[in-house]
Amino acid sequence: MSRAEGGGAVSARRGLAPGDEERPRAFALLGSQLAVLFRRRRTWAMLGALALVPVLIAVAVRVTDAGTPGDGPAFLSSIADNGLFVAFTALSVSVPLFLPLTLSVVAGDTIAGEASLGTLRYLLIAPASRVRVLAVTYAGVVAFALAATLAVVLAGVGIGAVLFPIRDVTLLSGDTVDAGGFVLRTLLLVGYTSLSLLGLGAIGLFASTLTTVPVGAMAATVVLAAAGQIADALPQLAWLHPWLFSHYWLGFGDLLREPIAWGSYASDALLQLAYVAVFGALAYGRFTTKDVLS
Amino acid sequence: MSAVGTTGGEPAIRTDGLSKAFGSQRAVDGIDLVVPRGAVFGFLGPNGSGKTTTIRMLLGLVSATAGTIRVLGEPMPSRTRTVLPRVGALVEGPAFYPFLSGRANLTRLDAADRCSSGRTRAARVDAALERVGLTAAAGKRVHAYSLGMKQRLGIANALLRPRELLVLDEPTNGLDPQGTREVRALVRSLADEGATVFVSSHLLSEIEQVCSHAGVMSAGRLVAQGTLKELRRAGRPRVVVRTPDVAAARTVLAALGLELLEETREQAASALLADGTAPEDVTSALVAAGARVRGLAVEGSTLEERFVELTGEGFDVAR
Ligand SMILES: Nc1ncnc2c1ncn2[C@@H]1O[C@H](COP(=O)(O)OP(=O)(O)O)[C@@H](O)[C@H]1O
Ligand SMILES: [Mg+2]
Repeated sequence: MSRAEGGGAVSARRGLAPGDEERPRAFALLGSQLAVLFRRRRTWAMLGALALVPVLIAVAVRVTDAGTPGDGPAFLSSIADNGLFVAFTALSVSVPLFLPLTLSVVAGDTIAGEASLGTLRYLLIAPASRVRVLAVTYAGVVAFALAATLAVVLAGVGIGAVLFPIRDVTLLSGDTVDAGGFVLRTLLLVGYTSLSLLGLGAIGLFASTLTTVPVGAMAATVVLAAAGQIADALPQLAWLHPWLFSHYWLGFGDLLREPIAWGSYASDALLQLAYVAVFGALAYGRFTTKDVLS
Repeated sequence: MSAVGTTGGEPAIRTDGLSKAFGSQRAVDGIDLVVPRGAVFGFLGPNGSGKTTTIRMLLGLVSATAGTIRVLGEPMPSRTRTVLPRVGALVEGPAFYPFLSGRANLTRLDAADRCSSGRTRAARVDAALERVGLTAAAGKRVHAYSLGMKQRLGIANALLRPRELLVLDEPTNGLDPQGTREVRALVRSLADEGATVFVSSHLLSEIEQVCSHAGVMSAGRLVAQGTLKELRRAGRPRVVVRTPDVAAARTVLAALGLELLEETREQAASALLADGTAPEDVTSALVAAGARVRGLAVEGSTLEERFVELTGEGFDVAR
């Protein structure tokens, strides 16, 4: 048996022991994860649908009368007067439904999607550690939350500038800021809304470690998103409200005061962080001990 | 062999009492596997006999219910980080992102390994694609690949880096005869380069020609393992009598205390040859009983027969 003596010759000859050649690349998988996410048609279809929301609103306002102030979504009546409000209106429309829905699709798909494709086992034997796979897929969820919010806001600012006059903005507090100041606030708004979605994203990530059927994890996450908002609307559950991940979702009006009221921003950040910590830990506990049989 | 270093003396794979239970079913039942370095080890067994489950445990995808595993001289799954970069594997068929090209898929899986070099990635991916004959289809989305092409891509993934051990689970599934031959040639060339190859199959014929060693699984247990020579020797020879008096011949064989075998050939009777019985004893007993003998032969068991003997015949999944 001449073969029996040759073990390891392949690596010996080319001198490639693991890690020898250069420093480990901690971020290569993250880059690849984002590439996979944003090379998917589904991702772009969802971002496109989100971008349609402000367009729809702006066109509807443009072709009809502005309606009576107080009717319809927040900020709607201000649009005809100032195009900068399109983005705000579109966000307040998207936050309860479209944003959580699309985010649930991405978050529910993380681990379960890889498992159902079978690529999970190949990532793990590449090898990528389970913690790393979890962290990187969650980073994809965060990136999507940001992209989704940006899609709504950028499309809103764009269509607003095209269809309506752009002028100084009168804030809820009565002060006036110029367009530049308003753009700054819009960016803060993007940050606020993406941040608000992180808790739900962590819930979706955990749901995704429980199954190999991505649709199941997606549906569970969407249902929770809806249930959270329903619970938040019931006065009988007032004691629960401060603990609901959706409690501060519509709190971004505070960014339209002068000076900016940071209260909701801080409470929201703390709450989302707590959700990420709890559900991140649950996902970790589940995923690192789970048999990968798909 | 500097790369092997201190671990060179240990087998590439060694398990002790390795078991996995799914509920009450023991999918893998106390197997003691020894795969020597440099061997081409055929891991044989019918569907459902526990091959893939064993491989998943070797690679740390599934935790063992009982038993220990050492791969390339290190305990698994505690050392996945240092062991798995040296192992290339195909587990339970290929799996890829259908919306990415073959090349993009390999690039992603290579990036998943923190130790793999980003600088040489593109070149290594192309070399692996070339080696399995997929260069022309590398830019196509995997969605458009045939099963055979996916299988090749899966093998390419196992070859992204120089490996000390290759674990190939049913690598010829879905391949045409030409593809099967290519896989065999590939396995041979990998072995010639010094890698240990652990290849599973439910079809002995597909890998018999390339294996130096084999292990046979049946219903979760490892019923035999060793070099092919040892396995063949372990099979018992049998005596085949060509005769028009089949019934009489069978009576004689049975009277000699031999274990009768099913015989599909016309006008023939056969039985396992027991240790104490010489072929000439059989001849004289047949003649004494008045059975007309046209011919008598002793046949060694082929590996195929050995395999059937160990695992049972037929298409039934074991459980
Ligand atoms: N996820 C699972 N849950 C329950 N039983 C399983 C699971 N995967 C495999 N098994 C059982 O384990 C046994 C061995 O399966 P497997 O290792 O896939 O066999 P092979 O690869 O030899 O065809 C089978 O009887 C199968 O039914
Ligand atoms: Mg199998």
